[in-house]
Amino acid sequence: MTTIAATGTDLHAHDHHDADHKPGFFARWFMSTNHKDIGTLYLIFAIFAGIVGGAISGLMRLELAAPGIQYLQGWASMMAGKEASLDEAYHMWNVLITAHGLIMVFFMVMPAIIGGFGNWFVPLMIGAPDMAFPRMNNISFWLTVVAFIMLLGSSFVPGGTGLGAGTGWTVYAPLSTSGSVGPAVDMAIFSLHLAGAASILGAINFITTIFNMRAPGMTLHKMPLFVWSVLVTAFLLLLALPVLAAAITMLLVDRNFGGAFFDASAGGDPVLYQHLFWFFGHPEVYIMILPGFGIISQIVATFSRKPVFGYLGMAYAMVAIGVVGFVVWAHHMFTTGMSVDMKMYFTAATMVIAVPTGIKIFSWIATMWGGSVSFKTPMVWAMGFIFMFTVGGVTGVVLANGGLDDNLHDTYYVVAHFHYVLSLGAVFSLFAGFYYWFGKMSGRQLNEFLGHLHFWIFFVGVNVLFFPMHFLGNSGMPRRYPDYPEAFAYWNGVASIGYAIMGVGVLIFFVNVIWSLVAGRRAEDNYWGEGATTLEWTLTSPPPYHQFETLPVIK
Amino acid sequence: MFKKLLVVFAAMAMPSLAMAQPANLAPAPLTKEVAAPVVATPAAATTAAPAADAAAPAEAAPKSMDGSLPGYTPMRPNYEDSVGMPKAKEVDFQEQFTENGQYAKWINNAILLPIITLISLFVLGLLLWVIVRFNRRANPVPSKTTHNTFIEVVWTLIPVLILLGIAYPSLDLLAKQFKPAPANAVTIKATGYQWYWGYTYPDHGGFEVISNMLKEEADVAKGERFRTENDGPKLMAADNRMVVPAGVPLRIQTTAADVIHAFAVPSLWFKLDAVPGRLNEKSVTITKPGVYFGQCSELCGARHAFMPLVVEALPPAQFAAWVKAQGGTMPGEEKPAPAAPAVTATPTETVAAPAAAPTN
Repeated sequence: MTTIAATGTDLHAHDHHDADHKPGFFARWFMSTNHKDIGTLYLIFAIFAGIVGGAISGLMRLELAAPGIQYLQGWASMMAGKEASLDEAYHMWNVLITAHGLIMVFFMVMPAIIGGFGNWFVPLMIGAPDMAFPRMNNISFWLTVVAFIMLLGSSFVPGGTGLGAGTGWTVYAPLSTSGSVGPAVDMAIFSLHLAGAASILGAINFITTIFNMRAPGMTLHKMPLFVWSVLVTAFLLLLALPVLAAAITMLLVDRNFGGAFFDASAGGDPVLYQHLFWFFGHPEVYIMILPGFGIISQIVATFSRKPVFGYLGMAYAMVAIGVVGFVVWAHHMFTTGMSVDMKMYFTAATMVIAVPTGIKIFSWIATMWGGSVSFKTPMVWAMGFIFMFTVGGVTGVVLANGGLDDNLHDTYYVVAHFHYVLSLGAVFSLFAGFYYWFGKMSGRQLNEFLGHLHFWIFFVGVNVLFFPMHFLGNSGMPRRYPDYPEAFAYWNGVASIGYAIMGVGVLIFFVNVIWSLVAGRRAEDNYWGEGATTLEWTLTSPPPYHQFETLPVIK
Repeated sequence: MFKKLLVVFAAMAMPSLAMAQPANLAPAPLTKEVAAPVVATPAAATTAAPAADAAAPAEAAPKSMDGSLPGYTPMRPNYEDSVGMPKAKEVDFQEQFTENGQYAKWINNAILLPIITLISLFVLGLLLWVIVRFNRRANPVPSKTTHNTFIEVVWTLIPVLILLGIAYPSLDLLAKQFKPAPANAVTIKATGYQWYWGYTYPDHGGFEVISNMLKEEADVAKGERFRTENDGPKLMAADNRMVVPAGVPLRIQTTAADVIHAFAVPSLWFKLDAVPGRLNEKSVTITKPGVYFGQCSELCGARHAFMPLVVEALPPAQFAAWVKAQGGTMPGEEKPAPAAPAVTATPTETVAAPAAAPTN
């Protein structure tokens, strides 16, 4: 079903002649309307943001490596330019956790997986010359950049007890309203507005492109699964982000214009904010992982030299995850004092998501089953993804139980769970996609040996880093703590060692990228061979500046 | 299996299981002052907490160094068996001291943990088999299979059945946790402040015990009370504990005066957010006398990690003595003459006033 062969073997014969007129440097990179260039910009941006967010988590693991406050006060003093009090140091901790969460979600995973790979490969895979709205595509990117600058800038202005927004990425009221005086939280909220607007524009662009610009013969049921995943994700963005925008606008009103949406003393309700936030927040986690599912589907099929098993089931499992993802939000709020009926409903509904997710896991394995699998770097990352995402998924089933969540909520068990599905799920799929498509995007292949080395060191590192967090959560360590009782020291120490191992893996990745850009093997058109059947492999590596001037026809 | 399925749906539909939940009884139980934002300026917030207990040493300096009162000495925590506190290198939940906690821990350890471990190992086993059996050398010609309706139905239905199996004890646990407290339960209202707890005893005269984290000896001024081994582990010990009777149903209500906090004690399997303007409620019966430690579990600002909860469960007679030492009354008793009001017992209003001083 997914085997899509373009008719006309002379495709790039006529792609070459007039298609490669590139504008000058400034016009090309700062006023870009080319989906591939914008995709590249998004990827570079996401890598930069990932370095910032990853460095912040390094600071946190350093502080948490041993009990007691070791470094926080020094860092807070550096930020403030004067001797910081202990309370300012504690506030600095909250700024770090907030920044880490927001950066990784809004400025690393989303720009990379949707802005980067989505922009690059959705038009290529559906046989379109570009995105439907190239100029809107450009503003989506630059809004994201401005949003990131706003967020970083917020750490240098007062936010209550100290500098920066220390509300957590969830920005719960009333901590984010009456609890945080100063412009930092306003800046962070404005940053979210801009990032949200960018994502909504991007979502409109993707939906329009996928619905209207598919090559002749490519019906919805012939689209590659990565395109399906971006389509579902775009709908989630379109429906979820306006709710976030509303919620944080209400925060602004409460903060600055005498509003009382979330102020109990004037008849508001703080829990209302949580409902609004998680109505966005839960689809958001699928926004981060669904395109990853799509990437993994492409890679597993390519390296097994087999079409995806159960293509329709895979596509509609993603649709089901997207739909059900909108009706489970309050499982993030099991301890807010909800009624038993609500708790039972959200427990049951949350468990339902395990079914389509299980279908995907088993379909990937069935795709490999009977295949002729070669374990190139992208495939190794994809297999790592499947196993790690399973581990993160089953702890999600544990957390879905409202009665068990009474103990586990807001502990490190939750931290372990969502890092298994994001740091070992979404991030593994990002690395898998990067190794898979880097040759197509840059024209040069990444080094296989360094890729495998990167995988194994990173795999060991993140597991040593995040697995012990299950134990910490079980024995009761709460999240978002800069210091902890002696009893939690052992597993925290182990986790910090895991971070160091993971850091070595990331260094190898950068060495690989730089080395390959300079001296990597030149990539031929379809460097993965017969298993790679989607349209991007019919083009040169890198593809011409404008591709598919004559639309390919799908059989 | 089908019977189980029926039970689950019945559990979801039946009102007898799905009991009306007593939380959120009062939409706005706090006075306007108390609910007013506390942290308008950092200075106001940081002075509020010490102000509350600063009065204590001034009035009863000799007694306050270990937290004892006439007729009451704080119980030494059981370090040997790590009762009510985390244990070093532990991978499991803390030992549970409520029936629901024991049930919940059993559900996790006897049902969920084996199931999720088996599923993970099953997936890992399949992947390893693929690596061994279906690599390019072992299987040079890939099969062309892309569909198999039977197996697709199987891997949809089996997870559904597993989930139904999990749902049954899970919903049963929820129903048990929401069983309302009997009429004679002891009510304690826990109020979260930035950054300390207040425990009010409405059934015992309405006094409020203010509970601040105990600092280390090196971090306090000379003559001030600091943490000793008798108080509890570092960062978990508090100057005044939430003393409750053991073996008696408790009705724990939570609310907050400024931002959201969360009342959480892992060894009681208890976590309930303390939300300004809401009065959440949950009942619990602590099976054994002991000291049970917890920590605030909702991000509440700078000193979020430094407002522990300490629940001390005493035999009912000793609890009554403690109530008396606090200047409170047991239900049915006359209020005693206004003799020496206990140092830690402060009516809500007087505590709330400095903490909630409106700043605008």
